Amino acid sequence: MENLDAAFGALADPTRRAILARLALGEATVMELVKPFELTQPAISQHLKVLENAGLITRRVDGTKRPCRLADSSIAEIDQWLEKLRKALAKNYDRLDEILAEIGPKKGSRKR
Amino acid sequence: MSKMTLKTEGDRHVVVTRKFAASPEAVYRAHTDTKLIQKWMLGPDGWTMPVCINEAKPGGKIRFEWADGKGNGFYLTGEYVSLEPYSRIVHVERMHLPEPTPDNHVETRFDADGTGTLMTMRMTLPDEKTRAAMLATGMEHGMEASYVKLEGLIQAEAAKNASA
Repeated sequence: MENLDAAFGALADPTRRAILARLALGEATVMELVKPFELTQPAISQHLKVLENAGLITRRVDGTKRPCRLADSSIAEIDQWLEKLRKALAKNYDRLDEILAEIGPKKGSRKR
Repeated sequence: MSKMTLKTEGDRHVVVTRKFAASPEAVYRAHTDTKLIQKWMLGPDGWTMPVCINEAKPGGKIRFEWADGKGNGFYLTGEYVSLEPYSRIVHVERMHLPEPTPDNHVETRFDADGTGTLMTMRMTLPDEKTRAAMLATGMEHGMEASYVKLEGLIQAEAAKNASA
């Protein structure tokens, strides 16, 4: 239950959602996030802590740096959205197939 | 039958391909004729397009409005950049949810493929930052569905605890 509450809280903030979107493009360090978001390093670190506690991102140790990346469950969310777009388009084109069949097979074979 | 492909490309693109059993001319017409667009560009089952403004000429306006008949709806606006019958359409579009999404630059090609047509739609966002914003919007929508699922879990858990 604590984890669910943490996830709800973490996702409620637009900056944290934007950080997740940035991490969808690939791994990033705190410093790499400071620039595009125009926030201070402590502010970004605080957001990252919330995201990490909610299980939405994971961090690894690389010398003095601790790069962040999306957790597998977060990646699944993006795939799900792409899947929705894919389904909506596929549905459209299936309908278009029917319309094209109605319009008539070929230019040469006009109705008599 | 999976005739359609959809993939992201580089930092700024999304590319969709689809084959049709009709001539490039017929597929092009279905993309530019207002009455035909209104019959197929509807998304999930149950949605309709009550408003379809589509001025298929350079600089022409685009406005599609969708509704699900239950009070939900959203719309898209755009402008045609260039049209080459029956091979290529370039236009710019943005969704209004109701806040407008960043401009999406779309090139749609219709190439003869045997007796049919291969359509290639290439979406380009202005820059990496904008695509990140689009991903954020998309994630938000994806996560909405997850919220509903989580809510179901929480309720089930609460019911279990109450009866224990």
